[in-house]
Amino acid sequence: MLRFDALQAIYPELENRIVVTIMGAVAAELYTIGHRPSFFYLEHAMGLASSMGLGIALSMPQHKVIVIDGDGSLLMNLGTLSTMARYKPGNLLHIVFDNESLLSVGGFPTATATGTDLAGIARASGVPSVMEADTLESLARSAHDALASNTLTTIVSKVEAIGPKTFHMDLPLLENRFQFKRALEAMKKQNEG
Amino acid sequence: MFWHDPLDLHYLVDHMPVSATNSRLIYDALKACDIQIMSALPETWLVHLIRMADEDPDMTLVRLAKEEEGIGISAGAHLAGVNSALLMQNHGFLAAINPIVSLAFLYKIPLLMLISYRGHFGEKDPWQTQGGSMTEPILRAMNIHTWHLNNAGDIQRRIKDAQTLAQASLHPVAVLLHRELMWED
Repeated sequence: MLRFDALQAIYPELENRIVVTIMGAVAAELYTIGHRPSFFYLEHAMGLASSMGLGIALSMPQHKVIVIDGDGSLLMNLGTLSTMARYKPGNLLHIVFDNESLLSVGGFPTATATGTDLAGIARASGVPSVMEADTLESLARSAHDALASNTLTTIVSKVEAIGPKTFHMDLPLLENRFQFKRALEAMKKQNEG
Repeated sequence: MFWHDPLDLHYLVDHMPVSATNSRLIYDALKACDIQIMSALPETWLVHLIRMADEDPDMTLVRLAKEEEGIGISAGAHLAGVNSALLMQNHGFLAAINPIVSLAFLYKIPLLMLISYRGHFGEKDPWQTQGGSMTEPILRAMNIHTWHLNNAGDIQRRIKDAQTLAQASLHPVAVLLHRELMWED
């Protein structure tokens, strides 16, 4: 499965949702498929997209938050699984694309290439719902079910280590940041009104 | 084992020579700033503050595995329009330097960091002493405005002013909690 196709398969589920992605291929590909003001691309601070998602989920319990993580990033902050599992926000969906490599910096293999099992770590950390989805159909269905379930869910999807031709995004970091904050403010107001 | 019993945990906390009075003043000052989320890792000087946050139904206490996560949680909370604060030991601050730079500075995220200033004058624990000598030089090198809290009379004003500056500058600020304020032995 290509990550680009996987992102396209879940793209309809991202409508009116808050999305936080990691840097690199995921960000560039989602941006290419179609940017929305409620998408935030964390272009550094590897590992913290899930922590940001947790902060947003706890701050906006009426809204669904989707974190799109990767194996390299998650391995840098495995404690995040235990912290998410501790608070279990039902409005948080954590999707991990596992390509077993640090693709954007040369494709060196991560520990998932030699057997580290991120879904197993998520389960053992206490995440209440953990799924593995390695086809487009199962991924789209898992994401849909997770969002309907109001249960903190981690979905781990194995994808090929193939990235976009370019990582360029016509969106300066701070423009993304301020636009995103405004979008969240508007979603909150809409919910209240 | 006694530490599995919450009553005995309270006993343990109550018998540490940490100032409950000054912790209450700090907590009330944070509430006055409309802080709704607090992230923390346990540290002796912070025991009362963490317990107050835990017992306050209007406060979300996020117990972290490592301080770096707290920078992400506060960034998320800020973008979602909620005020947050971070409780950490100075060694926790040292652990969080990269995300402070590559998330908070990069994306102009205000952070209110309350840092227990271990390893300074009066420190008896040899293992705290290296971090004590590094804390202020690193804060200065990072261009993070720093308030010292060593006097109960300053607590309310300095925490309020720290939060005001963080929000206006969209930049982290540090409030160093000193031994004179926190420790009563």
